[in-house]
Amino acid sequence: MSAARLPAPFGRLVDRERSVTFSFEGRRITGLAGDTIASALAANGQWMLSRSFKYHRPRGLVSAAGLEANALVQVGHEPNVAADRRAITPDLDVRAVNTFGGLDHDLGRAIGLLSRFMPVGFYYRTFYTPRAAWKVWEPVIRRLAGLGTISPKAPHGYFDKAYLFADVAVIGGGPAGLAAALAAAEAGAEVLLVEDGPVLGGSATFARPEPNGVAAVEALAARVQAHPRVTVLTEAVCQGLFADHWLSVTQGNRLNKVRARSVVVATGAHESPAVFRGNDLPGIMLGSAAQRLMRLWAVRPGREAVVLAGNDDAYEVALDLAEAGVRVVAVADLRADPGSDPRVGAVRARGIAVHAGTTVAEALGQDNHVAAVRLAPVTGPGTFGAVGEPVACDLVAMSVGYVPATALLTQGGARIVPDDATFMPRVEDLPAGLFAAGSVGGVWTAERVVEDGTRAGRAAAAHAGHACPVPGPVAPDGEGRTWPIPVFPHPKGKEFIDFDEDLQVHDIIDAAAMGWDHIQLLKRFSTAGMGPTQGKLTNALVQGLLGRVTRQVAPRVGTVTIRPPITGEKLGHLAGRGFEPRRLTALHHRHEALGATMMVAGTWMRPAHYGPDLASAVEAEVAAVRQAVGMIDVSTLGKLEIRGPDAARFLERIYTWKYETLAVGRVRYVLMLDETGGIIDDGVAARVHAEHFYVTATTGGVDRVYRLMQFFNAQWRMKVDIANVTAAYAGINVLGPASRAVVQAVGTTVDLAPDAFPYLGVREGEVGGVPARLMRIGFGGELGYEIHVPASQAGALWDALIKAGAGHGLRPVGVEAQRVLRLEKGHVIVGQDTDSLTHPLEASLGWAVGRKKTDFVGKPALDILEARPQSRRLVGFALDPAAAVIPKENHLVIRDGRIAGRVTSITRSSTLGKVIGLAYVEPDQAGEGTVFTVRADGGTLVSATVVPTPFYDPDNARQEM
Amino acid sequence: MPLALLKAGFRSRAKAPPRELPATPDLRKSYDVVIIGAGGHGLATAHALATTWGVRRIAVLDKGYLGGGNTARNTAIVRANYLTPEGVTFYKESMSLFETLSQELDFNIMYTRKPHLTLAHTDASVRTMRWRAEVNKHLGVASELIDEAKVAAIEPCLNMSRDVRYPILGALHHPVGGTARHDAVAWGYAIRGAQAGVEIHQLTEVTGLRVEGTRVRAVETTRGTIEAGQVVQAVAGASSLMARHAGLRLALRTVPLQACVSQPLKPVINSIIVSGSLHCYIWQSQRGELVMGGAVDPYPLWSTRSTLDFKEGLMAHMLELFPFLAEVRMMRQWAGMADMTPDFAPIMGKTPLDNYYIDAGWGTWGFKATPVCGKRMAECVATDTQPDILKPFRHDRFTHFDQVGEAGAASVGS
Ligand SMILES: Cc1cc2nc3c(=O)[nH]c(=O)nc-3n(C[C@H](O)[C@H](O)[C@H](O)COP(=O)(O)OP(=O)(O)OC[C@H]3O[C@@H](n4cnc5c(N)ncnc54)[C@H](O)[C@@H]3O)c2cc1C
Repeated sequence: MSAARLPAPFGRLVDRERSVTFSFEGRRITGLAGDTIASALAANGQWMLSRSFKYHRPRGLVSAAGLEANALVQVGHEPNVAADRRAITPDLDVRAVNTFGGLDHDLGRAIGLLSRFMPVGFYYRTFYTPRAAWKVWEPVIRRLAGLGTISPKAPHGYFDKAYLFADVAVIGGGPAGLAAALAAAEAGAEVLLVEDGPVLGGSATFARPEPNGVAAVEALAARVQAHPRVTVLTEAVCQGLFADHWLSVTQGNRLNKVRARSVVVATGAHESPAVFRGNDLPGIMLGSAAQRLMRLWAVRPGREAVVLAGNDDAYEVALDLAEAGVRVVAVADLRADPGSDPRVGAVRARGIAVHAGTTVAEALGQDNHVAAVRLAPVTGPGTFGAVGEPVACDLVAMSVGYVPATALLTQGGARIVPDDATFMPRVEDLPAGLFAAGSVGGVWTAERVVEDGTRAGRAAAAHAGHACPVPGPVAPDGEGRTWPIPVFPHPKGKEFIDFDEDLQVHDIIDAAAMGWDHIQLLKRFSTAGMGPTQGKLTNALVQGLLGRVTRQVAPRVGTVTIRPPITGEKLGHLAGRGFEPRRLTALHHRHEALGATMMVAGTWMRPAHYGPDLASAVEAEVAAVRQAVGMIDVSTLGKLEIRGPDAARFLERIYTWKYETLAVGRVRYVLMLDETGGIIDDGVAARVHAEHFYVTATTGGVDRVYRLMQFFNAQWRMKVDIANVTAAYAGINVLGPASRAVVQAVGTTVDLAPDAFPYLGVREGEVGGVPARLMRIGFGGELGYEIHVPASQAGALWDALIKAGAGHGLRPVGVEAQRVLRLEKGHVIVGQDTDSLTHPLEASLGWAVGRKKTDFVGKPALDILEARPQSRRLVGFALDPAAAVIPKENHLVIRDGRIAGRVTSITRSSTLGKVIGLAYVEPDQAGEGTVFTVRADGGTLVSATVVPTPFYDPDNARQEM
Repeated sequence: MPLALLKAGFRSRAKAPPRELPATPDLRKSYDVVIIGAGGHGLATAHALATTWGVRRIAVLDKGYLGGGNTARNTAIVRANYLTPEGVTFYKESMSLFETLSQELDFNIMYTRKPHLTLAHTDASVRTMRWRAEVNKHLGVASELIDEAKVAAIEPCLNMSRDVRYPILGALHHPVGGTARHDAVAWGYAIRGAQAGVEIHQLTEVTGLRVEGTRVRAVETTRGTIEAGQVVQAVAGASSLMARHAGLRLALRTVPLQACVSQPLKPVINSIIVSGSLHCYIWQSQRGELVMGGAVDPYPLWSTRSTLDFKEGLMAHMLELFPFLAEVRMMRQWAGMADMTPDFAPIMGKTPLDNYYIDAGWGTWGFKATPVCGKRMAECVATDTQPDILKPFRHDRFTHFDQVGEAGAASVGS
């Protein structure tokens, strides 16, 4: 195996002493520790990594840097893993994606034979006649599309999140980023350096070293790592730059959320491929990919190479290859005159043939690998002349130009404009606090890159408040590095301009010709750049080609935005550990101990009923309240303290009723409307002092009520203090004829005598030794006390009540029984018996509106709503005892075949021995005794009769005892 | 093999395919109808005016490229299982137009039926789902409240465990929900509209309206001023700004709505799953991407920026429903600007100005209405009367407190 490996200093990332064995497509493969999946496979002669998305053509590495979908593989449960980025570990189970019968024998190849019948956007032209056709084709298309697989049995791994803070965040650990990090740290800033690769150094880790270059970068990296103010994250990807310098950085299974004062983007540039017939064959790769294979993993990228050059860097690739023992058969240089750079001379000096003004016109494959190329003279933009004889080779290394990695800069608000001098986009309008350093910003030569990094680092530190001298800008020097639009259409096609989406040059040309010639329309219609890697490698080529065929100058063509994330962000990263709030009352564990069945009530958990069986529990619990005493945990109720000289006036404006006249020690119903007159919440207000009200709100509504109170008072500026004390207090409702005796037995400082503490009274005192607020209210229509105590002491009170109630038949009562109790009393539940538009008159709550009041929220709307003919009314009803089917909540009231209302609440009342409920009916059907029709399950029509509410104890004698 | 492909396949490479979308022509001095906004709604309206009503001299203007607003950004879900009779009737008509839209436009808009499940996690939402189901069925829309077992049978990979924060108690099952390729809908209308004489002016921003008395006389654009017989605004996120040019105030708030897609996967999720309690929805596209979204951002903003918070909240909830998706990679996220009405129903039809018509208030739900909007807005313009089906959506319903309470069926995006 090691025969394929190059000697040191090649292979700086691999440990030759440690081999690692994994499996690929079921075969055992042995690589070295430090290998990626792709490098280990390459070292074993396996160059084909995948089958292409549409035509199932063999595909291999292009960038060796995760920039194209060719390298995506399935690793165990994990789909779409970049084989050129994932390090190997023992026993990885790696498989090719999107094949039918495996990589070598993929039956999907048959589709490739039909490629001429699949012009760009073909799916818009077909599969829809006859109408049933799409039903047949859609599942087929779905099965053909998609890369990796995810199994519903895949485990949910552990992911978490961390928050990091920095004065300066530097993205990219190449020479520019290192210099920026060091400069910022030396200026006094706390620096976070984020590097995608396993080691610092960026392009310097794999590019042909300049004299002393490696040592200089290593020294710089060492200083950065040793600096106490720099934190370095390697193998970490900055996925997005959001507003206010909020960065998301994934590392392993962690999402780091970073807030930085300033950000330096030093993400460099990547090479751009050339496009010619057969350019997608395995063995055809970027020059930098060949260099990465050699320098990082000691893999010889081939035996016989043709180098396609568009700049002088290509000659470094040629020299590197030659030194690694690869025979460089030819350098085809797109440039008419390769110039006199010493590197060109050095290549020539090695006896390597340099063909000026020449392109690769076509690559020929054999055994799923490139086997030869035909060269041809370049005759104009995208055209070539007479095509030569095949030149045998098993490697084509392309170094024709670069694309700066500007995605984060654009996300940060910078503008990217094309530059006709460099043929690379240029960064403009960097917002304050965002800086570019190195080749992402157009600075290329080694010393200047370091200079530019230092400048950016200092500027960033200064922006972050660490004053320091900031050197002037470093002039860009990107000219001559990028050959404009190296896209060579071939009469026979198969020149791939987007590997992810399997798009050929004519797909783009045709789409533009059909009228999809705005870059965004072109992208959407052709799907160029829509694949897994979002066109990072090829978008620039597509834009260039569009400009060429529509004869538009670059700025008119525009660019497409690369949106977050950059690469490899998982749903698990974003979800993290998933802390969904679940609020428990202070009595939760007591409910559990009592065998309660718990239910979700908004953000809270509440006991639905005690014991496993709903029906029998509800019956027993209701009976306890009606005949003895029950105890309900009402801690989830919203609780608000309204204090101040304007407290009463404030409530008058917020709620519909009167509160200025409410006596101290009294409780009154509250009803809140929105500005359209719709009911949004209710509760009670207890006046505990002339300037202090204790107000309840519904469990689900309190947050909104509190927000609205603050919102309105920001306008009204009344003298009130509003506090949401929902969690501070627990509430226990002791309800039933024996409640007075039980509370008395627990011991209280409050005089419970009916005339001392009448119905709708509020008292403060101690109950069972606990400071408490008692209110004589209760949804249930029996004598009762709602006792509010500090949450920390609720348990003690509960226990005392249980003990005191033992001889009185006391039972804990859950939400389900509570619903029956309230319905027997005909009370409305906001949200269940009302909808978003219900106004008080419709809900038969007109009595709770202060008719003489001049203003409250919703009043203008209410005046209009009440003045016009009403369309519905909430009424109580009872079912004919013989009804065959019992309707459910929200079954419709049907009249003359149309919808005339709906049932909002319904229950079988064991107390009353019949089925009762509330329903909306048309106003002319609201009269007592009117029979209306409800459509129940299965369409059965059921008659119901309007009856007055309360259904139970209509004179309210029991609750006022 | 379909004939269209055979023909294309045997066409010579050297010959360019025929142009189907005309280049933006020069602006004329006047048009009978000017439609502002070349989103799906504007294009569908233009198409119907030209093909059904024989109106000539129609110009559709857009500040960007055609279909580049919310039409390009939505998550392509179509359904009719709304809550109010007015809404259900309206969306039902749209769904029936979708059924044959590919044939009508001779362009595959990939309308695909998929079971649409709105999950109920609390007894309150079970009640709401029953309400919707009853109203839907009454109006002839297939819709049913189903229990846990049936939910699990329709989407077997949902996490049906009771031991989660929001267990699934049931769902509203809408078997005739579905998806359509959003861009293709706009393109189909554009291509066929253009064939019928509609001029589409891309990169032509409307900067003002010249109003005299109760008429809009002219439309000012970045390419010059044009006279117009009738003017329709269909600008979604920019609705209140445009209406202001006409001197009208609309009951709208513009709020960002975000969405995202995963990298492509082999088929795994077969239905459309929506959870109101968990503020999320998901389906898998024909390309294999998981298309995911949630509720609007918590604050109004004139911006289409993406946020990290959105994705974090969304995925925390998504993985409650589908824990196995943790290893799936995100591909991209984006945002649109949703024009939200207080009652979650649209604003459509005539205005106090004699020759000015509004199609707005599409918030998070307007893609599915594209065909019916085209048909009915065209009718409204051509006959200058508000069609019955649009009467509930009058722009002045808010001043009369005549709202169409759709909040219960439309509050999570899509
Ligand atoms: C993330 C997201 C997901 C959604 N998901 C769904 C879904 O699943 N199902 C669904 O039914 N709906 C969905 N929607 C809503 C849906 O996208 C919209 O309601 C619908 O696309 C509106 O169409 P439109 O043609 O009215 O608007 P748009 O497509 O926004 O078109 C309006 C056009 O007006 C142009 N314009 C604006 N100002 C001017 C000016 N001054 N001059 C000229 N032109 C101008 C714009 O450039 C734009 O092209 C979603 C929306 C978003 C943002």
